[in-house]
Order: sequence, then C-alpha cells, then structure tokens
Amino acid sequence: MDGIQSWVEFVVGRPGEILGYTIEHAILVAAVMASAAFVSILVGIAVHESMAGRSVALSVAGVLITLPSLALFAIFIPVFGLGWTPSFVALFLYALLPILRNTVVGLNEVDPAVLESAKGMGLSSRQTLVKVKLPLAWPVILTGIRVSTLFITGVAAIAKLIGGPGLGHYIREGQTRLGLPLGMERLWTGVVFIVLLALAFDAFYLILNRLTTPRSLRSRGG
Amino acid sequence: MAEPDQTTEESGGGDAGGPDVVAAGAGTAHGSDEIMIELQEVTKRYPGSNEDAIESLTLQVPKGEILVLVGPSGCGKSTALRLINRMIEPTSGHIIFDGEDVTTVDADHLRRRIGYVIQQIGLFPHRTIADNIATVPRLSGWDKQRTDARVDELLETVGMDPSMYRDRYPNELSGGQAQRIGVARALGADPLVMLMDEPFGAIDPITRDRLQNEFLRLQQELRKTIVFVTHDIDEAIKMGDRIAILGERSRIAQFDTPERILAAPANDFVEDFIGSGATLQGLSLERVRDVQLNTDYPVVRHDVGVTEAQRVLETSSEDWLLVLDDDDRPARWVTLDHLDRTDKRLIENGRKVTALAEPEDTLRDALEEMLLSNAGATVAIDGRGKYHGVIELETLMNVLQRMRREAKAHYARHAEPDTDDTSVDA
Ligand SMILES: Nc1ncnc2c1ncn2[C@@H]1O[C@H](COP(=O)(O)OP(=O)(O)OP(=O)(O)O)[C@@H](O)[C@H]1O
Ligand SMILES: [Mg+2]
Repeated sequence: MDGIQSWVEFVVGRPGEILGYTIEHAILVAAVMASAAFVSILVGIAVHESMAGRSVALSVAGVLITLPSLALFAIFIPVFGLGWTPSFVALFLYALLPILRNTVVGLNEVDPAVLESAKGMGLSSRQTLVKVKLPLAWPVILTGIRVSTLFITGVAAIAKLIGGPGLGHYIREGQTRLGLPLGMERLWTGVVFIVLLALAFDAFYLILNRLTTPRSLRSRGG
Repeated sequence: MAEPDQTTEESGGGDAGGPDVVAAGAGTAHGSDEIMIELQEVTKRYPGSNEDAIESLTLQVPKGEILVLVGPSGCGKSTALRLINRMIEPTSGHIIFDGEDVTTVDADHLRRRIGYVIQQIGLFPHRTIADNIATVPRLSGWDKQRTDARVDELLETVGMDPSMYRDRYPNELSGGQAQRIGVARALGADPLVMLMDEPFGAIDPITRDRLQNEFLRLQQELRKTIVFVTHDIDEAIKMGDRIAILGERSRIAQFDTPERILAAPANDFVEDFIGSGATLQGLSLERVRDVQLNTDYPVVRHDVGVTEAQRVLETSSEDWLLVLDDDDRPARWVTLDHLDRTDKRLIENGRKVTALAEPEDTLRDALEEMLLSNAGATVAIDGRGKYHGVIELETLMNVLQRMRREAKAHYARHAEPDTDDTSVDA
C-alpha cells in the first residue's frame, strides 16, 4: 500500500512532465507506424503476386525483427548520431514485418471466385487491386498495423538509451536509481504510462476499424 | 417454345415450312440466322499440361438463343466459356464475337459487353447488393441517376424488393438470393450476351426449378444470346434452345434441339448421358394444346338421363363414361356398373373427375394425372375449364412415335447427325 501511495504522489506531483514524455512517445510511435505502414503496404502490394518476391521480402523483414533491439539501436548511432533519428529508423525496421506479412496474406486470401467475377466484369488488374483486393484485405492489414503498434510502443522505451524521446526516460532513471528514493516510482511510471498509451492506441484502432470497414467484413480481421 | 421462322430473306428458298438449314446441319430453334458467337476449331491446352482441355471445338450460337453446353465433369465446359470472354486465350483457332475476332478487341471492354455468371457467384463481400449490381454500369461511365434506376429495375427483374435488399451485404442473403443477385449483376449494363456457368448449381431442387422458370420467363422478354453450362441433362433440356452434348476434351457428341436429342440420340454416349428418363423428358417438352386429343370418347351432359347414358356407354368400346356439368365442365366418371346399381342422378353417380390438364400443361403432367385417375385417362380442358377432349396412354404413344419419326426424317434430310462417334464412345 505504501508503495502505491508514494507512486500516486509521484505522478500527481508532476503531471506536466509525464504528459510531455507521453506525448513524445506517442509522436515517435505514430511517426514510425505511419511510415512503416505506408512502406509495408506498398512493398506488400508489389510482391504479393510473385512467390519469389514474397519470400525475399518476408525473409528480410523477418531477419530485421529478430535482431537484438539494443544492437539495432546502437548500429545507427555512427550514421545518425544520437536522438530522434536513430530511434525512428530502428523502430521503423522493427515495425515492418507484421504489416508486410498481413498485407501479403490479406491480398492473397481474397476468394478466387471474387477475383474471377471482377475480371469477368471487365475490371482491369489495377481496378481489381484498388476496388476489390485492398478493401477486402484491409481488416487484415489493419490488424497487422495494430499488432506492430503495440510492439513498437513497448520497444520504443529503449530509445532513451540512445538519447531518444519518450517514456523510456522514467525506466532508465528508475534503473540507475534503483534502491534510492523514488527509483521504483520512476520505473513504474514508465511502465504504467507505456501500457496506458498502448491501450489508447488499441482503442484508436478499434474505432478506425469501425469507421473504415463495412459491417459485412467486421466479424473477421481487426 | 417453338416459334415460326421469321428470317424469310436468307432462308426463303429452301424447304418451305420446315426448319431451315444452318451450317452443321442443325435447324434453328428460334428466329434469327445471325450468328452472335462462333468458335472455329478452337483448341486450348493449359500451360504445363500435356493434354488438350478442349480439342478443335467448332460451334455457333445464333442471336437470341440459349445454347446449353452439357457434359461430364472436366470435359472443358468452363474452359469453353472462359475462352469466349477472354478470361483465357485459345492455343489455336478463332473466336468470333458479334462479327469480330475477340483477340483484336480490348479484353476489358469485351468483358463489359458480356454478362458472366460464375458457379461460385463471387459477389463482392465488401459491397452492398446495389453496389454489386452497379459494378459494370459504373465502369461504363453511367451517371448516378441512371445507375440507381437500373439497380432497382434489375432487383425487380429478379424478383427481389429493392427497398428491402438494396443496402444489404452479400453475407446477409440466402444461397438462392445470392444466385439471383449474381444474375442481376451480370445483366448490369444490359449486355447482349450472357455466359452462365452452372448458375443454379448450388441450390435445392425446388428453388432451382423456380429460378429456372423465372429465368426462362425473363428470357422471353430479353432475348439475350446465352451460353449456359451445366452437367445436369434435365436442366439442359429445360433451358436449351439447343444443346451441345460434350464428350472428353469437349468433342461434340451431339448438337441439336432438346426434342431431337431425346428422340434420336446420336450414339451410345449420348444415350447413356440422357439416361433412361429420356422418354419422360420428351413428354415434358410437349404441351397439351399441341396434341391430337381423343374426341370420340363417350361423353354426355348430366341432364340427358340414365337411359341415354347407358346407351352411349354400351355402344362405345370404353368402360368409363364422362359426365359434364351445366357449364360443360368435366364432373364425374361413371361405369355401367354404377348406372345399374343405383338410381342416383348422373351428376352424383360414379367418381369425381380429378385428372385434368390445361392447354399449357405438359404431357408429362398429363401422364402423371392419368396414372392417378380412376378411368386411366386425363381430361383436357380449355382455359375456362370446359371439356376439350381426352388424353389416354395411346395419345401419348402416338406423340412419342411422331417425335421419333420427325427426328429421323430430319436426320435423313441432313444426311448425318451432327456427331463425332469415333472419339467419344470410349
Ligand atoms: N487453370 C487450369 N490449369 C490447368 N488445367 C486446367 C485449368 N482449368 C481447368 N483445367 C483442366 O482442364 C480440363 C477442363 O476443365 P474445365 O474446368 O473446363 O471442366 P468442366 O467441364 O467445367 O468441369 P466441371 O463440370 O467439373 O466444372 C480439366 O481436365 C481440368 O483439370
Ligand atoms: Mg466447370
């Protein structure tokens, strides 16, 4: 009880500061996700019909996601220095795989009968992609973006180690002051607000899904 | 079904009144001589396969007719359809659509002019029914008002209430409703030609029967040129103005009207394919109005008196006497036994007449009625229920004989049935 009380006091004592770090964190994640989604969907569209292209793209993204995160962040310091840029680049590379994989799966999962009838009615392959395949794959793609976002929101805490922004600040501070006054409180502040931010993103995707998919597609996918 | 031949200019010289001669020896079932679709020695081998899916298929579809392609699974029926709208390209041969070789026109434009119904329906799950039906009109650049009006018109056409179904999604329809929307969507921009690949395949027999009837009624108005694929010979007989029975690799086993195929199967393959129900099927193609009724049957009005009734029956060779009511409608069947045993009035004596056939009924209906009736005969009535004549087993036998005779005469005139015996019997 004592711990919780002092944590609450810690949080209530510095609302502006916590909000500031949370917003930083959110902006970093949002920027990473927007660009990763854009790139992954484009790459997914480009490779989804070719077996070879598909396996190359998925292997590359798969390798990226298995690199140890600490190392990936550090690798870019010589190139981009410290701060936002290397954090962004590292997180971007992490975010690709789930979206890319779901884009490819979603596009290839479209019922062949639907494609046959689309072609049979005289839709060009471009029209089929835009009017049929993408809308049908969208719930699956959105699920990929959502999974990726949750993952990135957590990993982004490490950005602090290379001078990046965000709630990682409290985790790092808490770690270095472990055993000292308010060390634990800092650590928990970082963890709790990252989780809250993740929940907020999740709620955002639920709403986005409602707004962007017709009711007939809503039972499956996102 | 059968209509008088209207194309006098081109076919005028030949055998007057009879079916005119078209290349390949088949008579026209419906008016036009104009060929809408023509396949010329078309062969298709899929990449990576070492056997032809279709081997040198030649056929013609006149404007406004339904041609049914029927044959065993895997014989290339779907392949033939998909060649026509260039979903796939032929390995060799030519496909002429409305006078043009299909390979010389833009494939997407060609497909917008051809309604295509696939067996799996393939409605767009993310689009409403209205949007699904509007697909081709929108692609063809129709404005919103015209498109909306067309959507409602088509929903009405396939018997679905626009206000109820317009905004639904495909997953909110039953299988039969989805099939109808598939047909409505294919009719979208009023194409001249429809390609239909087992469009009523996946539905229960009763609903299928209804959809078939609705479709035939629709076709009476629309007069589209239709290539219809099925593996069900009964459906082929019902839907086709002409039927191509296909064997392996789509070699034509027989190409003719349903009537002649049933009356004179070209070879064992066709006979096996039609099956033992062919005779009954033949009867279902003939209507009561077209047959020679037995009008010598013993018949009296109910008010002639019992003695007169006895006299009529005794002088005839039949066992049963038909009694008519005041309005000349068939009322009772009576035998001498009935007349002797009781002194009931004629209108109450004997058995009630149950087996009746109207002019539009088929002979098959008439036969079923007959088998259930007391007197072993079906009474033909006119539209207002008045007595017209009697159909007996003998009447039906005569019809069957006439059908066989006509088919034989037709083939005698055209030397050979349009067949390919060598390849398909195996
Ligand atoms: N895309 C394809 N690639 C290779 N072979 C194919 C392809 N499509 C069909 N075939 C082959 O071509 C032949 C004819 O197939 P098709 O689908 O036209 O038959 P069908 O008469 O429509 O049969 P069903 O009544 O079962 O629908 C079959 O042997 C089939 O295996
Ligand atoms: Mg088929």
